[in-house]
Amino acid sequence: MVNRKIVGAHYGLIDWLAQRVTGVVMVIFTLVVAIGLRQGAGASYASWHEFMSGGLMRFVTFLFIVSLCWHVWVGVRDIWMDYIQPAGIKLALHVLTLLALIGCAGWAVQIIWRL
Amino acid sequence: MDKVVRKRPKYLNLFEIKLPIAGFASILHRISGFGLFLMLPFLIWLLELSLGSQESFESLRAIVAHPLAKLLLIGLLWAFLHHFCMGIRILLIDIHVGVDKAQASNSAKMVLAVSLPLTLILGAKLW
Repeated sequence: MVNRKIVGAHYGLIDWLAQRVTGVVMVIFTLVVAIGLRQGAGASYASWHEFMSGGLMRFVTFLFIVSLCWHVWVGVRDIWMDYIQPAGIKLALHVLTLLALIGCAGWAVQIIWRL
Repeated sequence: MDKVVRKRPKYLNLFEIKLPIAGFASILHRISGFGLFLMLPFLIWLLELSLGSQESFESLRAIVAHPLAKLLLIGLLWAFLHHFCMGIRILLIDIHVGVDKAQASNSAKMVLAVSLPLTLILGAKLW
């Protein structure tokens, strides 16, 4: 009987790279928002709304949301892989994480879309 | 010939593991990331309130004024800042900056030295 462990080694490099690229996108977004807040964008509803609804800002925010969810998927999936041994529970957690993140991404994108 | 009996651990006792500073910063990277993940719906909800309308913006202010919400937000602020600084450290190591042991342990200290005071300063502002 062949007792083979099936491992998915093919996605390692793309995940490693994705984690870096999405991280850099989020650093850029963080700096943009931090500068905006420093210049008083959060002082009132009107100024905050104006800051976030600019065309470029919506573009960057969308990239941030996608990057965040992708980044969380790779990171949290690694946590489940490291600490949860039973395959059934692990699979269930993977699916729940993925569904939660897709839902969160949709929700956050709608907030930006409505502006 | 005498037998060398090595005592090998059968399991890892988490309370007996002494992590070097870089390992300590690294496990905090994982914990902070997981915490941010768990609180993601809360954070998106706050974003929604902030951008919905004048009324929801005011209700956001009222929520953030609550001491428990402030404590939670300061916790999340630390998680974000630690994860952010650690992320930059990892990116630098990727481009071969600070790879050797002494430098890596120094940069881990720097992550803590930046993220903790920054949490205090920004947290005090929030409070």
